[in-house]
Amino acid sequence: MEETDWRFKIAHREAKIGVGLALFNFVWWFGFAYGMGSRPVEEYSYVFGLPDWFFYSCVLGFLVIAVLVIVIVHFFFTEVPFDDEEGSP
Amino acid sequence: MNYEVLVPMIVFLLVIFFIGYWASRKLTASSNFISDYFLGGRELGGFVLAMTMVATYGSASSFLGGPGTAYTMGFGWVLLAMAQVVTGYFVLMILGKKYAIMARRYKAITMIDFLKSRYDSSAVVLLSAFSIIIFLFSAMAAQWIGGARLVESLTGLSYNSALFLFAVSVLVYVTIGGFRAVALTDAVQGAVMLIGTLILLIAVIIAGGGIPNIVNDLLNENPNLVTPYGANGDLTAAYVSSFWILVGVGVVGLPQIAVRAMSYKNSRSMHRALIIGTIITGLIMLNMHLIGVFARPVMPGIEIGDKVIPLIALETLPPWVAGIVLAAPMAAIMSTVDSLLLLVSSSIVKDVYLNYIKPDASIKTIKRISFGVTGMLGIIVFLLALNPPELLIFLNLFAFGGLEAAFIWPIVLGLYWKWGNKYGAIASMATGIVSYIGLHFYNLENGNLFGVHTVTLPVLLSLVAFIIFSLLVGRKAYQYNAPALK
Repeated sequence: MEETDWRFKIAHREAKIGVGLALFNFVWWFGFAYGMGSRPVEEYSYVFGLPDWFFYSCVLGFLVIAVLVIVIVHFFFTEVPFDDEEGSP
Repeated sequence: MNYEVLVPMIVFLLVIFFIGYWASRKLTASSNFISDYFLGGRELGGFVLAMTMVATYGSASSFLGGPGTAYTMGFGWVLLAMAQVVTGYFVLMILGKKYAIMARRYKAITMIDFLKSRYDSSAVVLLSAFSIIIFLFSAMAAQWIGGARLVESLTGLSYNSALFLFAVSVLVYVTIGGFRAVALTDAVQGAVMLIGTLILLIAVIIAGGGIPNIVNDLLNENPNLVTPYGANGDLTAAYVSSFWILVGVGVVGLPQIAVRAMSYKNSRSMHRALIIGTIITGLIMLNMHLIGVFARPVMPGIEIGDKVIPLIALETLPPWVAGIVLAAPMAAIMSTVDSLLLLVSSSIVKDVYLNYIKPDASIKTIKRISFGVTGMLGIIVFLLALNPPELLIFLNLFAFGGLEAAFIWPIVLGLYWKWGNKYGAIASMATGIVSYIGLHFYNLENGNLFGVHTVTLPVLLSLVAFIIFSLLVGRKAYQYNAPALK
């Protein structure tokens, strides 16, 4: 049995990063939304006029994810050729 | 008739036509018609790839229905909509490089080609082609009805004339230009959506006297609007979270999205698309749904959700700007429709006709049939949309969730799990579709089982079916590595 295609190792690692990022995204989104949002409305504070749970969960959360995607793609993703002819290292 | 609104929309449609025409000239010169027409010759760059995914995904429901629901439900629905940010990176990261490599090796043009080569089974091919044709055809028809209603409400034309106008616009450029035309126009449409929603959001905030003022008005009307639990306090955390499957990670299983993940040129395009796609999806979803919530104090008492966006645009913007902004939902509908049309036609021509009816058809015949089938499908959808039958509306209800439940595991596990085989794939698709339809009726009668969206359980059941059948029937490890290269 031959060695696993070197490109697949990279592809598998990147897919795992994708799952990890989605989990992190979910925890952040859920944590702020229901952690802060379940208080009585009178106790909400407001960031840029938006209710705090919403700002942290959806606005800040989105910015954090966008930055993470940029960082991950730049530093952890590797460019590989897709065609088999150029596929051998 | 409102000419100031109409003129910018017509200009927009003309630009779209021009792009279709330009792409078709490239097509005539091409040597590999099938791959070019249905896949754009695997040469999409990062920006176009990101935009075509965003635009295909952002359909009539997210552009008219979503903000309309946010108008009624408040911030809780914006929270739900933001689950879609994950699609911006998840699809490309999960299918990613392995899918691109395997698709090239299999010479796959459609998602079904990929399944065909991976599982080597006619049953898998026919079952998939059948589900795609039935479900996506219905989804497409429903979008046409939405598009025609929008044209109707903007122009004052009758529904039938509006539908005709819409149908001709879509057909002309899909038929002549194929995938490349669709992808390029998607890029333009995506840009229109982004800019349109941004302008409208700013206009609504100004009209409402600033965000703190608007939020105060909402608090005075009904404090629940500002919580994550919806206007009546009945949006539960479990229900909202289950949308992470329907509109978030489950999108991996949608054929119209999966086919785009094999259309890019190289790793660099994919990397750029990941970044651009995430940012654009997030911005558009946040803008659109905030517009819906903020519109409530500015224009109270709108009863039909789909009309919130058109009405608020006409109210807060000068007419010609409203025309440009309203081209955004129009763009969303058109780009969804055109990619679905192409996908259904590719399933018929490529997956059924070329596989089983006439494998040795000449290029000339294939060309004629591709144009012919695409055109015919358009005409059938047009006739159906004139007087939509009950069955159509009914099938459309399952379209996305049903397809996700059917395809997610055969694709994802087909890529990453060597024990996955055709028995697992067939069991998984059948379980997904049947349990989705069954549960749909159960939930209609009894309320949502376990308080989550219908899609949740079928996705889990089809995973179990895939694993059990793959391991029990005809167990054999799949060899992913290329056969010895010359």
